Amino acid sequence: MRRLSFGRALYELLSSMRFAISLLTLLAIASIIGTVLQQNQPYTSYAVEFGDFWFRPFEWLGLYDVYHAGWFIIMLGFLVGSTSLCIYRHLPGILRDIRSYREQAALKSLRAMAHQQEIALQLPVEGALTQAEQWLTAQGYRHKRVVRDEGVMLAAKKGSLQRLGYLFAHAAIVVICIGGLLDGNLPLKVQSLLGIKEVETRNTVPVSEIGEKSKLTPSNLSFRGVIDMPEGETRDVAWLNAGPGYYVQELPFSIKLNKFHVEHYSTGQPKLFASDIEVTSKASGTVTKGTVKVNHPLIVDGVAIYQSSFGDGGSPLKLAVWDWLGAAPKPQELAAVSLASQTFRWGSQPLTLEFGELRPFNIENLEAEPEISDFGRRMQDARQVKADKKVKNVGPSIQFKVRDAQGQAVEYLNYLSPFEDGGRFYLMSGMRRTVAAPFAFVRIPLDAEFSPQGFMQISAVLHDQAAWPEIARRTAAKAERDGAISPAYRKEFEQSLVWVLQRFADGGFTALQSFLDERVPKDKQEAVGQTYIKLLQGAVLDAADLSRQRAGLAPVEFSDSYYRFLMDSLVAVSASFDYGHGFYLQPVGFEERKSSGFQVTRSPGQPLVYLGSLLLVLGIFCMFYIRENRIWVWAQEGRLLLAFSSNRRDAQTEQEFAAHSAALSSLAGTHKEEHHD
Amino acid sequence: MTNPGYATTLPQAGNAPFWRGLKLSDHLYALFILAVAGVVFQRYHAAMDVYEHAILAGSALSLVALGWFWKPVRLFFPLAGLLALGGIALYGDDLSQGQTAFWLKYVLASQSAAMWMCVLFFLATAIYWVGLLRRSNTADAIASGLTWAAAGAAVVWFFVRWYEGYLIGPDVGHVPVSNLYEVFIMFCFITAMMYLYYEQRFATRRMGAFVLLIISAAVGFILWYTFDRQAHEIQPLIPALQSWWMKIHVPANFVGYGAFAMAAMLGVAQLLASRGILTSHLPSYETLGEVMYKAIAVGFLFFTIATILGAMWAADAWGGYWSWDPKETWALIVWLNYAAWLHVRLVKGWRGDILAWWSVVGLLVTTFAFLGVNMFLSGLHSYGTL
Repeated sequence: MRRLSFGRALYELLSSMRFAISLLTLLAIASIIGTVLQQNQPYTSYAVEFGDFWFRPFEWLGLYDVYHAGWFIIMLGFLVGSTSLCIYRHLPGILRDIRSYREQAALKSLRAMAHQQEIALQLPVEGALTQAEQWLTAQGYRHKRVVRDEGVMLAAKKGSLQRLGYLFAHAAIVVICIGGLLDGNLPLKVQSLLGIKEVETRNTVPVSEIGEKSKLTPSNLSFRGVIDMPEGETRDVAWLNAGPGYYVQELPFSIKLNKFHVEHYSTGQPKLFASDIEVTSKASGTVTKGTVKVNHPLIVDGVAIYQSSFGDGGSPLKLAVWDWLGAAPKPQELAAVSLASQTFRWGSQPLTLEFGELRPFNIENLEAEPEISDFGRRMQDARQVKADKKVKNVGPSIQFKVRDAQGQAVEYLNYLSPFEDGGRFYLMSGMRRTVAAPFAFVRIPLDAEFSPQGFMQISAVLHDQAAWPEIARRTAAKAERDGAISPAYRKEFEQSLVWVLQRFADGGFTALQSFLDERVPKDKQEAVGQTYIKLLQGAVLDAADLSRQRAGLAPVEFSDSYYRFLMDSLVAVSASFDYGHGFYLQPVGFEERKSSGFQVTRSPGQPLVYLGSLLLVLGIFCMFYIRENRIWVWAQEGRLLLAFSSNRRDAQTEQEFAAHSAALSSLAGTHKEEHHD
Repeated sequence: MTNPGYATTLPQAGNAPFWRGLKLSDHLYALFILAVAGVVFQRYHAAMDVYEHAILAGSALSLVALGWFWKPVRLFFPLAGLLALGGIALYGDDLSQGQTAFWLKYVLASQSAAMWMCVLFFLATAIYWVGLLRRSNTADAIASGLTWAAAGAAVVWFFVRWYEGYLIGPDVGHVPVSNLYEVFIMFCFITAMMYLYYEQRFATRRMGAFVLLIISAAVGFILWYTFDRQAHEIQPLIPALQSWWMKIHVPANFVGYGAFAMAAMLGVAQLLASRGILTSHLPSYETLGEVMYKAIAVGFLFFTIATILGAMWAADAWGGYWSWDPKETWALIVWLNYAAWLHVRLVKGWRGDILAWWSVVGLLVTTFAFLGVNMFLSGLHSYGTL
């Protein structure tokens, strides 16, 4: 038994297919981890997801960025190494094969081949070989004739590209990996391991305060960073996320965002995101103007600029501050900027307003659930490719948090445009106390002037203890005049009214309901509840009149729509008890300032990767679809031997051999069948 | 017998330059396809960019090559194309014709054609099974014809739907390969066509019962998706999909998926045959293995091309040719899986049940890459969510 040296054994192992296949399997499994666990998220969210105990070991294993983890890169390195060795090991043989006609093949070995046949030759050797050569040439074979001891040998071959295909495909893997490595962040990783570079983990620092160790110069070979900027501004650095923090990549140019465009289809889906930008080279000062769209990056100085996201860039807002309880003739005005915070004093309470994103469009699907039981309708739908989707732009909205001195926050989502429902108009305001909760919406009814003023006045009166006796007096008087109650009963009626108003002012319908639940026997709850509602419905009319009188306005003519306005007002006042704060911020105007997010990349490895890809396709094609065939024709006076080999053994091999055998039998002047073995 | 005219009496070895074997009908077919492409170019070139011109030329040449390589499509594509053209002519420029004109309403409107395709595939599956179980060549021939018809319905669906998109709105129309519903029909079509090719190539129709099963499963999904989710409605393209890359990336991918699906079904047939089930009804174990290998080889080639095209598209759209997005990563896993399969077959010379099992498992991996990633993992490639 031959003993292998360690080096030789290692070489054998690394260049073996067993090793390569195991490596491919490991790579595949490792890759799955990265698709199951979302990669490159902020570290805090991993800490929350896994808890303190698991966060560290997972970080150490590099699970938050599997594909750039040391062990993954090492595996890729092994793949490149193993493939290279495999090429190195087989290259000489392949080259020899491509050049060689294997004309030295011994007669004995030809006779031992699976596809061979001896034919009686009735022609002279020379004539037969000349014809055989013509046949082989016509079939696309290259051939060589050698005179051997006992006869003449014709060695022919075809499809040498098949072997080259093997080279191409395997070299492609190496080329692609090298290209990918060039574009990866390996140099940066090494530099950070050596302490030359360091990630910046502070979140809100101006670029000027970021240390040189966290900055990458424009000469950086490859990078992939992001930039977010509002319209009208200029940036000359990009941000590279890296583990727990980021690096700042200085760019060889500055980018100015002139304008960001968004367009929508009539169905509400986005149609176009595009940024008009101006890129000024730092070295030469040349200005490149262009529009960056999704699928259409702009390439300047070898750096590609991509459209990747968009949003609000901090838009000036105008808001009206309404007091749920107060009866100010006009709301207070408030100027703010979206995505910014400002202090706000409400009464004696110091608050912070934290404005979120201004959304100029809110496209909602208003379609009702289809009647699913109706077979006919389903068939009808299945035939139509055009959907009559009822979508509607419900207009701009602003989201914000109101945070008190204790740090407790309530979040609001307020719409600017009135929302129409059954001919009535409302302002929508959503409120929630936790981020995970859905917004609970309050509909603030609008008065005849399209203002929340009318409602706010009613709300103020309903909350005003001093107004209740007057409301009760008016309602009772009306009831007596209409004959709904007797004069004797009037006093008691007024008291009931004041009592109901007081209960309502304590907590709306909920307060009335909890009183019913606690104090009224179950069987009477419904009847008593109805009575309360009727009392309230009567009182709110007079409350509204009183509120207008206080504001110096004439009473409103009673009508159906006015009555519905009043009922809506009751509902809204009742909802205001859960609203979290005593004021409502009505968005009344904004100046939209959009922001655009770009990705900037420099990837010098891209041409290599593409070259590798081309090699790969060529290689695979050659390996699968080109057959490497060899034919030997050995002729002697009276005898002819045909031997055939192919790199594939399948039905086509048999067919091809049969064809060659028939051709040679025919030119030898014999019938093939007679001599077929 | 001194100079036998072997050239005239020899059988075709399949090695002569291909153009020598072309007949008049081949040239007429090529002329027809090129003429159609010419008319399309002349009418619509202004609406296309230079890449789309190249894609049109490339498609025409590929169709010609396909017709020369596999003769039956020389009749199939012109016939199906004419039917589609008939549908388009009936529409004129009025989408509502689809609900009123008889031929559109019941046959040629894209959704009617899709329903016909579904019905024909189901029928073909059933009759292939009859043919398999009763060893009936007649049943097999009928099933084969039905499969051709179903594929034809898919072609009609494709072109008529493309046109309908533009009738809904000039900015809505696009080639119907943009969402899960559309690619499922493409999957059925491609798998059926590949099967029909191998059926003829290996002169056996007894594999249809198995291959058509996977197509029927896809058809079942299409029906559910249509009736329950109204997924057949034409939606305009979001900005990320507004690219000519889509026109080549998606079809290339589905040649891969179709081939892998077919290979897996042949694997199932092989596994049954090796356990004595239907053994005498099915083609030989070796033939099944051979077709399986051929399908995986062609699928692997196209899947490689599709993944590369996807990477090149990503370099235009996502800011890099490779981002380790879940879709990309799973495409790599699928690729590695079949690369390993091919290595052990070609280099190690493996045969038999293990490769059959492997190709069945391969389909599970492929299905996850195709559907699972969209359903369970989040990423950039979220175009085909359920």
